[in-house]
Amino acid sequence: MNRMETPDIDTTSLLPLELAGVSFRHRGQTLLERLDLRLERNGKTLLMGPNGAGKSLLMRICHGLLRPSTGTVRWTGKGASGDAIRRRQAMVFQRPVMLRRSALANVRYALAVQGVPRGERRSRADEAIERFGLESIAHRPARVLSGGEQQRLALARAWALRPEILFMDEPTSALDPAAMNAVEEAVQTFHAQGTRIVMSSHDLGQARRLADEVIFLVNGRLMERAPVTAFFEQPRSREAAAFIRGDLVW
Amino acid sequence: MDNAFQTALRLILEMDPELLGIVTLSLRVSLTAVVVASIIALPVGAAIALWQFPGRGVVVTILNALMGLPPVVAGLMVYMTLSRAGPLGELGLLFTPTAMVIAQVILILPIVAALSRQIVEELWGEYREQLQSLGVSRLRAIPTLLWDARFSLVTVVLAGFGRASAEVGAVLIVGGNIQGFTRVMTTAIALETNKGNLPLALGLGIILLLLVATVNGVAYVVGEAARRRLG
Repeated sequence: MNRMETPDIDTTSLLPLELAGVSFRHRGQTLLERLDLRLERNGKTLLMGPNGAGKSLLMRICHGLLRPSTGTVRWTGKGASGDAIRRRQAMVFQRPVMLRRSALANVRYALAVQGVPRGERRSRADEAIERFGLESIAHRPARVLSGGEQQRLALARAWALRPEILFMDEPTSALDPAAMNAVEEAVQTFHAQGTRIVMSSHDLGQARRLADEVIFLVNGRLMERAPVTAFFEQPRSREAAAFIRGDLVW
Repeated sequence: MDNAFQTALRLILEMDPELLGIVTLSLRVSLTAVVVASIIALPVGAAIALWQFPGRGVVVTILNALMGLPPVVAGLMVYMTLSRAGPLGELGLLFTPTAMVIAQVILILPIVAALSRQIVEELWGEYREQLQSLGVSRLRAIPTLLWDARFSLVTVVLAGFGRASAEVGAVLIVGGNIQGFTRVMTTAIALETNKGNLPLALGLGIILLLLVATVNGVAYVVGEAARRRLG
């Protein structure tokens, strides 16, 4: 399967993404604390950490849904113009939000928003639906689909947009094992197409299966960033070691 | 009283021309007012839901307060505007069905705007991140949210229709209750009751009740069916 556009990555890429001194405060509480982070062009990064560590928050800041209280978020690639920054990234949420229309129409809507011409919208939506095995439910109302089906649809919608980077906020935490499997396969599909993956999870098994590297957060601080094997075999911080053992961290 | 009731039913069943004319005009005026008010108020309500601006709280409060605007006051305002000496007096609209539509639009508009603001704001809370992630601008989000809230908004529009078709004060003042021209169900009922012509008043009252009940019943059934089907 070749994608219709295989642009020269060097001139169209948004990445690397650079966060410098990013803090986020809300109602007097510091939820992220002076975080520096650089996301390179390739790979699968897993954000890990206990609840309330700031994983979702960090991802929303990267994606541009939230502005940091202090610090900067910069897409430093050559292709990072204002419009491209919005269009070349996608996010899959823990609970996908579907519009009250058919599954297929949800995918087409996303393409329409990005100004994809009508004819191309049709073919790209069909291709995405097919790619994620959703043909049989393509014309069903999206909001009555099961959680697993909706999440696959959310992935198909993201796929149709051909993002350079895909953020996923605990995409499997509300799913049964079969649906979780489908999502993990989808992650590999995106990866195989060269999509940069940034995903949060607190499932250790999932991290071992999927990740190239782990970014470990505790209480809004970046504790550790390491290749996946190194993280699990020789965690450098006490908190990470405890987290891997399954102890409470804080 | 029994006799009046029987006569009322006969008037309805025989489709008495005077009665029919009054019912038709009532529907024409109120439906037009609902359509006009909804075309303006739905997007306005959605816009207030989506945008933060200084004085937004005041606007919302005023809208909510205007939901209870007394019809006679709305009628008086329109009367003063359209009367010969008023700013729009030259149009010669006073005591015409158009004036009645204008008055009812003023009555319905705050209702539709305030309630749709509330509904759209709730939906926006649910959709916001997803839509922003897809790159949907606020302007673009308005039709999307209105469409996705369509089942709830039907009820809102019906509430507007109910208000329009039930009020007497505004249409009486700006329409003048002229027989065969601006006489609608509510003003006719008031007049005929005063005259002691209870059968006609009662007949009109029954029709008015049936009409409102039917419209709401149909909307409820259709809405529930669609809600179940589309989630």
